[in-house]
Amino acid sequence: MKTHAIKLFKRLAAAALFAPVLAMAAGALQLDKAPVSTDSQSLQRGAELFVNYCLNCHSASAVRYNQLQKIGFTDKEITEKLIFTGGKVGDLMTIAMTPGNAEAWFGIAPPDLSLMARAKASPEASGADYLYTYLRSFYKDEKRPTGWNNKVFANVGMPHAMWDLQEGQTTAEFDKSVADLVSFMVWMGEPIAGTRKFIGIFVLIFLVGFYVLTHKLGKTYWKDIH
Amino acid sequence: MAANGFPKYKSDGSRLGDLMEWFDARFPMSSMWKAHLSEYYAPKNFNFWYFFGSIAIVVLIIQFVTGIFLTMHYQPDGTLNASGISGAFASVEYIMREVPGGWFIRYMHSTGASAFFIVVYLHMFRGMLYGSYRKPRELIWIFGVLIFLCLMAEAFMGYLLPWGQMSYWGAQVILNMFTAIPVVGEDLSTLIRGDYVVSDATLNRFFALHVCAVPLALLGLVVAHILALHEVGSNNPDGVEIKNFKDEKGIPLDGVPFHPHYTIGHDLPANVIFLFFFFGVVFFWPEVGGYFLEYNNFLPADPMQTPAHLAPVWYFTPFYSMLRAMVWNFFWIDAKVWGVISMFAGVLILLFLPWLDRSPAKSIRYRGPIFKVLLAIFVFSFVILGFLGTKAPDYHFFGYTPSEGFNPLNILLSGSFHTKFFTFYYFLFFLTMPFWSKIDKCKPVPERVTFK
Repeated sequence: MKTHAIKLFKRLAAAALFAPVLAMAAGALQLDKAPVSTDSQSLQRGAELFVNYCLNCHSASAVRYNQLQKIGFTDKEITEKLIFTGGKVGDLMTIAMTPGNAEAWFGIAPPDLSLMARAKASPEASGADYLYTYLRSFYKDEKRPTGWNNKVFANVGMPHAMWDLQEGQTTAEFDKSVADLVSFMVWMGEPIAGTRKFIGIFVLIFLVGFYVLTHKLGKTYWKDIH
Repeated sequence: MAANGFPKYKSDGSRLGDLMEWFDARFPMSSMWKAHLSEYYAPKNFNFWYFFGSIAIVVLIIQFVTGIFLTMHYQPDGTLNASGISGAFASVEYIMREVPGGWFIRYMHSTGASAFFIVVYLHMFRGMLYGSYRKPRELIWIFGVLIFLCLMAEAFMGYLLPWGQMSYWGAQVILNMFTAIPVVGEDLSTLIRGDYVVSDATLNRFFALHVCAVPLALLGLVVAHILALHEVGSNNPDGVEIKNFKDEKGIPLDGVPFHPHYTIGHDLPANVIFLFFFFGVVFFWPEVGGYFLEYNNFLPADPMQTPAHLAPVWYFTPFYSMLRAMVWNFFWIDAKVWGVISMFAGVLILLFLPWLDRSPAKSIRYRGPIFKVLLAIFVFSFVILGFLGTKAPDYHFFGYTPSEGFNPLNILLSGSFHTKFFTFYYFLFFLTMPFWSKIDKCKPVPERVTFK
């Protein structure tokens, strides 16, 4: 009986010890850490890649072109570099293809990308890590109708849209391109993220000061209570 | 004299004084101020556990005010635009990006929802620690449980409004449970949805209930909760009645005026600390790792695609676990029905707490070891149930993979086993309380409060 209990205890201890290993084995693929940048040059380059490679099939319908002023573009630059449809800077980043058509042509409508960087987050990795790894994990697969498959997203419906870019660049250059694109998608997911953290610092500093005052004020009411 | 015995306001001869006298003669202004604030005497020995009632009111105000502003811009519209995004989902992103300060209002509202539950859970736990539900405070507790129920309804319906994947499928799963109710189930869930599936009709009625009906009920219940409290007076960490010892003017010897001693002297700094954490989340961590804002809810609702892993928001997970604990078709009734019963019973059993507890002492300070041990396990089981409710049904602790054949670890590390075990404990704790609370060895309770 005693040996049985010890055996059980040993097994439990082993399970606890190897838990992280098992967890890693279960989570099939490790995602690469995305070098997300908030630098406006990276974001602008990412925006150009986005409108060239993504915005033909995918919309970003929550984003208005003139919001891109926040990453340093002027209205003139936006019209010249980013809008190819004769649209106005006040337009939303929509596409001509309707979801209905897309479904008829591709079997599945390419999702709107406005919030994809936030949606793809998980307890293990950020949405940026997912996108950064996913976009660098396409490989040729004759069995797929598009000729492409993906290590992160098995049997994905999307072809490798950036294959020509990857072909013309070194691995390091392509990684940088994807990093810029992902940085832009992170920015696009929550354009006010920078503002929010900036204001937050002042709010918290104010509250610390306000606490000191209210604490001292509060104490004066209690000094005669015994 | 006002009807409740407080003298009417007398003017000092100034213009403002005259106006106040005129007003007070026609409205119980000064008597209400005195009855509920300046001459409401609360025990002087409150500790930090007594912060959460006032913090809950602050959160309620935050939710009301931010909610009003969100309503100005939000559209309860489930139909799709040219990009295939619903009007509701698009309007939330419009608030986040284009309404000036909209992101701030929205994050306060989404953080406020979770904060409300944290604060209310702590507030309820305070009641359990010090026996605040015991005679003569049974009604305060009952109103409180009803507030908790309203809060759950409010949170559940509010969660549908962003019309994301988790909004949609969470509502779908919960509303489908009603179909399990014998005879009327199908019709009842169709009636609630206004359709055969969760749809635009559901979204619109949930919006109406979320911004109008439930807040009204909530507000009424909060008023009733406070009126009942002020009728019988507050309990305290010693669980003794301060009204038993009064001075010649009828003021409790161990009481202090609620205003300003507690309002400014106690609750104001506490609320500032709370706001520090609250705004810390709003400004620096609004998603809280997918617990306050779930990642999948950044994807628009897609009725054709069920997410691989469905879990309710964290504050529902203990009760969601109680739902999932029921897997047996007792008495030939579908396990789903037992699940629904168990989930609702998990909340409703709290209503009976004042009569289940038969301990001679109210406060944990003077209660015996049985209570302390069982309460500690109770807290542990509630937390574990909450944790398991966020996991898939086949979850195993420490990433364990069940082995073939008989292996005790398969059971010991199984989430589904612990869901059942701790659900059983949760109910056992309440149902056996009349017995163990009576035989527990309590310490003698002092006559007056202890104060440092």
